[in-house]
Amino acid sequence: MGRVIGLVAYHVFKESVRDKVLYNLVLFAVLMISASYLIGQLTAGQDVKIIKDLGLAASEVFGLFIAVFIGVGLVWKEVDRRSVYNLLVKPLRRHEFIVGKFAGLALTLFVNISVMAAALYAVLALMNRLEPGLAKAAVEAPVLDPQLLKAFALLYVQMLVVTSVALFFSTFSGPMLSAAFTFGLYIVGHFNADLANFEAVVKSRAAGWLGKALYYVLPNLAPFDVKAAVVHGQPVSAAYVTLTTGYGLLYAGVMVTLAVIVFSRRDFK
Amino acid sequence: MHAIETEHLTKDYAVGFWRPRPYRALDSLSLQVERNEVFGFLGPNGAGKTTTLKLLTELIYPTSGRIAVLGKPPGHPDVRRRVGFLPEAPYFYDYLTAEELLAYFAGLFGLRGEERRKRVSALLDRVGIAGERRLPLRKYSKGMLQRVGLAQALVNEPELVFLDEPMSGLDPLGRRDVRALILELRDRGCTVFFSSHILSDAEVLCSRVAIVVGGQLVTAGRLSEILAFEVSGWELVMADLAPGAVESVGSAVRRVTPISEGRYTLEVAPDAEPERLVAELRSKGGRFVSLNPVRTTLEDYFVQQVTARKASPPPGRVMPEG
Repeated sequence: MGRVIGLVAYHVFKESVRDKVLYNLVLFAVLMISASYLIGQLTAGQDVKIIKDLGLAASEVFGLFIAVFIGVGLVWKEVDRRSVYNLLVKPLRRHEFIVGKFAGLALTLFVNISVMAAALYAVLALMNRLEPGLAKAAVEAPVLDPQLLKAFALLYVQMLVVTSVALFFSTFSGPMLSAAFTFGLYIVGHFNADLANFEAVVKSRAAGWLGKALYYVLPNLAPFDVKAAVVHGQPVSAAYVTLTTGYGLLYAGVMVTLAVIVFSRRDFK
Repeated sequence: MHAIETEHLTKDYAVGFWRPRPYRALDSLSLQVERNEVFGFLGPNGAGKTTTLKLLTELIYPTSGRIAVLGKPPGHPDVRRRVGFLPEAPYFYDYLTAEELLAYFAGLFGLRGEERRKRVSALLDRVGIAGERRLPLRKYSKGMLQRVGLAQALVNEPELVFLDEPMSGLDPLGRRDVRALILELRDRGCTVFFSSHILSDAEVLCSRVAIVVGGQLVTAGRLSEILAFEVSGWELVMADLAPGAVESVGSAVRRVTPISEGRYTLEVAPDAEPERLVAELRSKGGRFVSLNPVRTTLEDYFVQQVTARKASPPPGRVMPEG
């Protein structure tokens, strides 16, 4: 089973890294991170913070694009072009196909986010070398702060959650609808904490319960955003990273399971 | 044990968005396909051929009825390992090469290393695309994709192959190659189940055929059982016929059609004695060119069946609610 999933994942990765769209997205992300160096020059004494903030934000935006646009096409494209027919008549069960697709995109995302992290560290290293005075002024956190890796790790797990949502929608709807739903859930996911306290601001008990239910059902993505803490040198504990990662993997696991259930019952007309 | 056996196999699709109604794509199909035979599954467009193939490969699930492929349910892992499938107008991954694609699919069957490399190489040679093996599949023509499709269907050296319109998109050379490949598969003990609406191919290749129209089985059996193969007349070609020569031989000739270079095709009644007729026309200065018996072809039979079925369609293909 593992070997077959690995084969599917490897070929998703292979297909993805040969896609020009992906190259363009990664290239643009690296350019944006590099441009943060120039923007940092416009601010007095805040250069390092600006570079880190913009670099992490650019990584999140482009990571999101990759997760959504490749994620929604993963299954839909195979069904629409009927290439899935060739695969599913072979010794490959439907759940192995879905898990393999997810694993392949997880690998693609890992490589892309690693490239973006390397680009950000490269810009910071360049600044450290060219303007050591300014770099020393960044007292709150070192320039080449290893804490940035925690931010990238949580960004990666967040993108796994987004990918799993995109994958789930792509098992039964077209790319436009899937992308809209996934972007919608991403945005809602960042304001999800408000739903937990919804009952405190509404009079209706039913509305309060509904808010609570949605809080548990929808992804809670705000905890994955540790940009501000990392940029300002506030500690992000290993326990926090572990717990948040655990939540993200659990949520992604549930979404992939739901995708498997839908896909396994599907007729390929 | 049959290679394929279906009992009252039925498939309904829901049509319509707001008020979906069931549409019967296949209606109670009962069929047996023997091992080591080339079986032609024939029918006009929309007859239910592809639906049947998808049911046999479990790409869709039946509404009712039973399917056994190599004695087991179609989704059984053991069946998956022993069958091959070429979908209609196959499509593959844009950025992989034919060699990579076949290596990927061979890997799903557990083939590795040198064995996999040899199998892929032999298949690419066999389907005639060895020269383009390292070209991305997005650059392939329709005919070349069809050849890749055939290669991937055979990557596991299957006991049973399903081919959905295997001649589609192929030029005459390609069709000849596929015909040869199907006969080669039969000779090495493989069962071939193919759907087609190109009847001349079915007539050449199949030991048995089934004809479906409107989701229902019209007939199934050996070609010799379906077609009587009785002579329904003679087609005589003569040259240099003198004016009035045909009229002088009486009512044996039903129709005369001039063709090129002073030659004529004569449609002769089945009960006429063609040898005597030829001798008579030769004595009047005519030159004998050819004489062929006219038999009912599969195409004649097919057209007859489809026309009859369309003239009186079975009731309730789109069924009322409830």
